Formats: sequence, C-alpha cells, structure tokens
Amino acid sequence: MLKIEQLSRPGNTPVDPPMLKPVNLEIASGECIVLSGPSGGGKSLLLRVIADLDPNTGEVSLNNEARSRMPAPAWRRRVVYQPAETGWWADDVATHFPDQQAAESMLPRIGLEDDALNWPVSRLSTGEKQRLGLIRTLLLAPEVMLLDEPTSGLDLSTLLPVETLLRERMDAGVIVVLVTHDSEQTKRLACRRMRMADGELIAARD
Amino acid sequence: MSFITLNYWDIALAALLVAVNAGLSIAMHLGLEKRLVIATARMVVQLTLIGLVLKALFAAASPWFTGFAMVVMILFAGREAMARQDRKFTGLWSYGLGTGSMMAAALIVTGFGLMTQLHADPWYEPRYAIPILGMILGNTMNGVSIGLDRLLSGANRERIAIEAQLVLGANIATAMRPVVRDALRAGLIPTINGMSAAGLVSLPGMMTGQILAGVAPVEAVKYQILIMFLIAGGTGLGLFTAVSVARRRLTDTRDRLRLDRLAAA
Repeated sequence: MLKIEQLSRPGNTPVDPPMLKPVNLEIASGECIVLSGPSGGGKSLLLRVIADLDPNTGEVSLNNEARSRMPAPAWRRRVVYQPAETGWWADDVATHFPDQQAAESMLPRIGLEDDALNWPVSRLSTGEKQRLGLIRTLLLAPEVMLLDEPTSGLDLSTLLPVETLLRERMDAGVIVVLVTHDSEQTKRLACRRMRMADGELIAARD
Repeated sequence: MSFITLNYWDIALAALLVAVNAGLSIAMHLGLEKRLVIATARMVVQLTLIGLVLKALFAAASPWFTGFAMVVMILFAGREAMARQDRKFTGLWSYGLGTGSMMAAALIVTGFGLMTQLHADPWYEPRYAIPILGMILGNTMNGVSIGLDRLLSGANRERIAIEAQLVLGANIATAMRPVVRDALRAGLIPTINGMSAAGLVSLPGMMTGQILAGVAPVEAVKYQILIMFLIAGGTGLGLFTAVSVARRRLTDTRDRLRLDRLAAA
C-alpha cells in the first residue's frame, strides 16, 4: 500500500503560497488511480513530489516503509515516475537500457520493431519515445508507477497493447497513478478517479 | 634598462584604429559603435586610474594598502564574472560563489608564487604582488565565469535528461556528470589553448612588455613561463572550486535537481 500523509509542495520562498495543498491518500496494491484536471492544476507536481523530485513536506510510505528513511535513488527505483516528456541522455537508444536483452524481448509487445534499440534517439517519434520510456520503467520492476500521460502520442492500435501491459502489472499488485485526459482510457483502467485543480486533490464527480 | 616613452599624441593616433572600427560598425549597421565607444572610454579611464593607483601603492609599499587593492580587484572580478552568466543563483549565492572561489584560488596561487619563486622582499611588495594577482585573477575570472555559465545553463537545458536518470534511480552525481564535465572542460580550454599557442601564434603580453622595457628575452621568457604555470594553477583551482560548489548548490541531499535556486532568466 502507498500511503501519502499531508504531502505538500511549499512555495519557492516563505511568502509564496504552496504550489500543492496537503494531500492525504491511501492506494492499495494493484489499484489504478486516474488523475485528471486542467493543465497547471498540479497533476504532474503531485507525481513529482511523490517521487521526491521536488522539495516537499509530509510523508509517503510504501508497505509501511517510510520514504524519509531510505535514500532517494532507492525510493525512486521502487516508485518510478515517468514524465510526460521522456528524457534521453545519450544519442543512441541502446545506452538507455542496462539490460538490453530484457528490453528487446519487450519490444514486440508494444508494437516496436526488433531493432529499435539500435536506432538513434533523434529518429524516434513522440509515441516511440513514450513506449520505449515505458519499457525503461517496467524493466525496473517498480512497485508503484507514476505515469504522466504515457500514451498521449499513441493511436488506439498501439495504445491498447500498452494498457494490457499495465493491467498485467496491476494484476501482479503494482500500483499505478495515471494522468490522462482520455476519458475512454479512464473507463478502461481506473479503479478510482481523482481530480487536481488549483493545487488541490479532490475526488472526481462521475 | 631603456625603453621608448610614449607621448599622448602617439596614443591618440592609435585611437584612430578604434575609430575605424566604429566607422565600419556604422557603415554596416552592426549597432556596435556605442558599445565600442563606451568600452574604449572605460579602458582608457580604468587604465589611467590604475596607473595612478599603482604609482601611489608603489610609493607607500604598505601591506594594508596592497591588501586593500587586492580585495578591491577581487570584488570587481566577482562582479564581472557574475555579469557574464546567463543564468544566476538567487540571492547572495550569485555574487558570493564566483567571488569566493576566485578569491581563494587567486590568493593561494599568488601567495605561492610570491613566497616560493619570486621571493619578493617584503612578500607584499606591490610591484610584484599587484601585477601577478592581476594576471592570475583575470584568467581565473575567465575560467570561473565560463565554467559557471556552462554548468548553470547546461543544467537548465538538460533538465529533462538529468531528471530522466533520477527517476530511474540514478544518483544526482551520475546524472549531472556530463554537464559538470562540460563545464570544467569549457573553463579550462582557454588556458590550455593559451599555453599551446604561446610563442608560436601569440607573444604573451607580459613577456612582450618586459622585452619592450629592455629585459633580456630569455629572462622575460622565464617570467612568462612562471606566470603561465601560476595562471593554469589559479584557473584550475578556481574553476574546480566554483563548479563543485555550484553543483552542490544545484542539488540537495535527496538527489534532486534544484533549478528553483536559479533566478528567472
């Protein structure tokens, strides 16, 4: 279970208002929470502070292990955040995958060609970057996946296999927090729906 | 020792060359003529003033006056280094980081040179201390400002790539290594290039100055080599200090990239 207690993102200076108002949330193993809301409402910010990428106050724990008691890199390997824009730090795709064999075995499942790891990053489309980014995340075998619009660049034929992969992980107990504007995807994946607006988390109305 | 003294007409005649540059700028609509005139005026006024200050300092030969002049030089270098950066830290860090690292590096290396190689007597003898600090400081300032500029703008530009590694569990030192390496390389390259070209492409200013003043070329060369070593040492020390401290300030104990500590561009 992922337990979030009074998690907030203060303003950059003491006089600034908080960017994220205190969030309290419990997410059970295998549960998928879909976050929606207007742009700038704080959806990405919430995922970032759960992953401890931005300064924050409050506490987050995973299966009763407090985040503050473990080094941040160890936490982030268990609670992986995938930003909307997948980042690349080398020119070729392969460098981004420490276990290339494992990565190659996943390529066909998300509709990518067998030699995709040999491509330069510069030739990847947004959708290809998102799918390769997802493989990178999945290969860490995280217990929580914080996914920020991971399928916004995909059409239905490539999106459904990705959702199948996510559902398999959820069945295995992985927690998914998904930001999406796709109402059909929300219906297919959400166990619970929530909404972020003005830096505040509220349960979504049906 | 003999040298040819210049009168003011000689200098005014040479100033015509700058006027030619300004004319070109006007003719080609470069829009640089105003900056050129201001820079020229600044150079003339600043050098004239420093000439008078040095004259007074040499006459006084006091450790306090010499020390004060050195501090003023370092404070100006800090301001100049800060002005050359596109991205800056917020608050006192912006000025303090560059100035502090330059002060430490330039003073250590100048002290080393004065006490161990030049054996100036007394050690604060302004005729040695001030020019040597000036040469070391000028080059250290270049290295520090280039290094800091590359680090801060690089971290800002590569934010997505750096965070892509952090979210997969990399530590911040690993994620920032390419940006840090680039900043250190960029800061050191002018010094390396300067040493490579010395004597072949360029005749360094100090050596040329000594030769014009009547010093034997071999003696002038020995001085120049010593200064090159001191410059390389000062630049490296200042650059490593500035980039290492800035790297720490750009991150925190939770392995985050703290771009919120940079002022808005």
